[in-house]
Amino acid sequence: MIEVTDLHKTFGRVIAVDGVSFRARDGEITGLLGPNGAGKTTTLRCLYTLMRLDRGEVRVDGIDAAVDPVAVRRRLGVLPDARGLYKRLTARENIAYFGRLHGLDEATIRARSDAAIAALDMAEFADRRAEGFSQGQRVKTAIARALVHDPTNVILDEPTNGLDVMATRAMRGFLKRLKAEGRCVLFSSHIMQEVAALCDRIVVIAKGRVVADESPEALRAQTGAANLEDAFVQLIGSEEGLAA
Amino acid sequence: MNAAVVVFLKEVRENLRDRRTVINTLVTGPLFAPLMFVLLINALVTRELEKAERPLPLPVVGAEHAPNLVEALRQQNVEIKPGPADPERAVREQDADVVLRIPPRFAEAWARGEPAEVELVYDESQREAGGSVGRLRALLEHYGERGGALRLLARGLSPNVIKPLTIAARDQSTPQSRSGNLFAMLPYFFILGGFIGGMALAIDTTAGERERQSLEPLLANPVPRWQVLVGKLGATTVFALTAVLLSILAFSLVGQLLPTEKIGMSLEIGPRFVATTLFAMLPLAVLLAALQTLVAAFAKSYREAQTYVSLLMFVPVIPTLLLSILPLKTQPWMYAVPLMSQQVVITRLLRGDLVPAPGLLASFACTALAALLACVVTARIYRSERLAISA
Repeated sequence: MIEVTDLHKTFGRVIAVDGVSFRARDGEITGLLGPNGAGKTTTLRCLYTLMRLDRGEVRVDGIDAAVDPVAVRRRLGVLPDARGLYKRLTARENIAYFGRLHGLDEATIRARSDAAIAALDMAEFADRRAEGFSQGQRVKTAIARALVHDPTNVILDEPTNGLDVMATRAMRGFLKRLKAEGRCVLFSSHIMQEVAALCDRIVVIAKGRVVADESPEALRAQTGAANLEDAFVQLIGSEEGLAA
Repeated sequence: MNAAVVVFLKEVRENLRDRRTVINTLVTGPLFAPLMFVLLINALVTRELEKAERPLPLPVVGAEHAPNLVEALRQQNVEIKPGPADPERAVREQDADVVLRIPPRFAEAWARGEPAEVELVYDESQREAGGSVGRLRALLEHYGERGGALRLLARGLSPNVIKPLTIAARDQSTPQSRSGNLFAMLPYFFILGGFIGGMALAIDTTAGERERQSLEPLLANPVPRWQVLVGKLGATTVFALTAVLLSILAFSLVGQLLPTEKIGMSLEIGPRFVATTLFAMLPLAVLLAALQTLVAAFAKSYREAQTYVSLLMFVPVIPTLLLSILPLKTQPWMYAVPLMSQQVVITRLLRGDLVPAPGLLASFACTALAALLACVVTARIYRSERLAISA
C-alpha cells in the first residue's frame, strides 16, 4: 500500500508537483496518467526517496518515508525512468548485484533469479553480458533485478517506453500477474489505451496536480465522455503532450 | 554481507573486465613512467661516462706557435685537430665544443717569462660542451703550474712559495645520496602512478554510472548512500594502491639495470624501501581517490569529469617542483603536508638517510586526516538530490 498526501516539490522557481495526493492499494494496478512534464516522474522519485519532499507525506505499508527511507526502499521494487544496466556484467550478475544489496543470501538470489528468468522469458540471454542487449532485453533485466527481493509494492516509471508491440503485450501480462500475486502495482504512463486496459484505478495528473482519481468507468461517467481519451483531454484541458 | 563490500566487489569485478581500464591503470600508468625515467637516466649516465673516457677532440688554431704545449696535451689523451678558419662560428654552430687558439706571440712571451695567453673559444650556453671545456681548462692550468714550478726551481726557490694554501676536499656525499639527487623526480612518478591508477574508477563509478543511467536504480536499493560511496571509494583506492605497488616493484626491478655504480652512485631498493614507501603512500591513495571521486561527482558528464580529473593531476606536481627548484632543507613541518611529506620521505629513503619515525607517522596521520576530510565532503555531495539525476 502506497499513500501520498499533499506532495509538493519545486526546483528553483519551477513547481513540479503541487499538492498531489492518492492511494495505491494492494492487489490493484494504479495508473499515474498525465502528459509529458506533468510531474509523474518527480512524484515517483519522491516515492522511492530519491528526492526529498518540500511538503507532504509519503507512506509505504504505513512507514513514513521521511522517517525511515531505507525501510521504505526495502518494501519497494522500482523500475525508474533511468534503467541502465552494467554492461560488463551478465544479466544474471546484474540481478544478483541488487539481490546482494538487499542482503539476500546466495541461495535465495539463485532461486529468485531462476524464477524471474523463467517468468520474463530471459533464458536465452541470461548468461550473456549486457553489452549489446536489445531495448526489450534491457527492460526485462531491469525488472528482474528490481523485483529480486520479492517486494509487496512495485513502482514502474513508463515501463513500456521504447518497447515493441510484442514486448509491450508481455509487459502488460506481467503487470497483471504481479496484481494477481496480491502486490500493489503503481505505474506511470502517458498512453491512455495502456492505462485503460490495465488499471483498476487511474490518477490523472496535469501541471503537478491531481485532476481525477477514479476507476476507468467512473472516469468516463464523471466527464460524460464516451471514451477515455476524450475524458482525458477534457480533464487536462488541452491536447498538449498527448502523443502516444 | 555488508552493502559497502558488495559494491566494492562489484566495482572491482566489473572494472577488471574492462580491458582498457586494466591496461591504462595497471600497465601503462604504473609501468610507463618509471620505465621512461630509467631509460632517460640510463642514456644520460652512459653519455656522461663515454665523454669522460673518450679522447677529447680539440681543434687548435696556431698549433705551430706552441709545439711543447700541444705535445703535452696530446699525451693527456687530447686528439689535436687542425683549427677551423672561423673558430667563433664553429663553436656557435656546434661543429666543435671548444676551440683552442694560440696567438703568434705565445712563444715570445713564454720565453721572456711573461704570462703567455691562449684563448678558449666556447659557448657557455651549450651545456653539452661544459665537460670538454672543464677538462681542457684543467689540463691547461696543470701545464701552466708545472711551467711555473720549473721556473722557480731554476731560480733556487721551492715551488711551495707560490702555494700558500692547499685545499683538501672531504666530500660527505655517499654513493646513495648522490643518486638521491638524480632521482628527485621519482616520488612524483609513484604519486602519478597512484593517480592514474584511481582515475578510471573514480570517473566510471560516479559520472560514468550516472551517464549510463544505472545510478538511479542503484540508489533505489535499501542501502544508505554513504555505504555505496565507501564501496566505490574502496575500489578506487585498491586500484590506485595496486598501481603504486606495481610502479615501485617495476622501478626496483629495472633500477638494477642502471649503471649507477660506474658514476659513483648506488641505489638500494630493498624490501624496507618498498614497505616504507607503501606505508607513506597508503593514506595518499585514499586522499587522491576521494578527491578524484569528489571532482568527478561534481561533473555533469563523463567528458566533463575527465577534464576536471585531468586538471587535478597537476596538483601533485607542485610540491615536487617546489622541492626541486628551491633547495629547501627538510623541515619538520613538511612531514605534516600531504603530497610534500611523501615526497620528502621517499627522497630520504632513496638518499639512504634515516626517515625519523615521528615524521613518518605524522605524514601518515596528516594525510589520513586530509583523506577523511575529502571523504566527508564527498559523502555530502553524495547526499545531494542532483547527484542521481542523469538527464
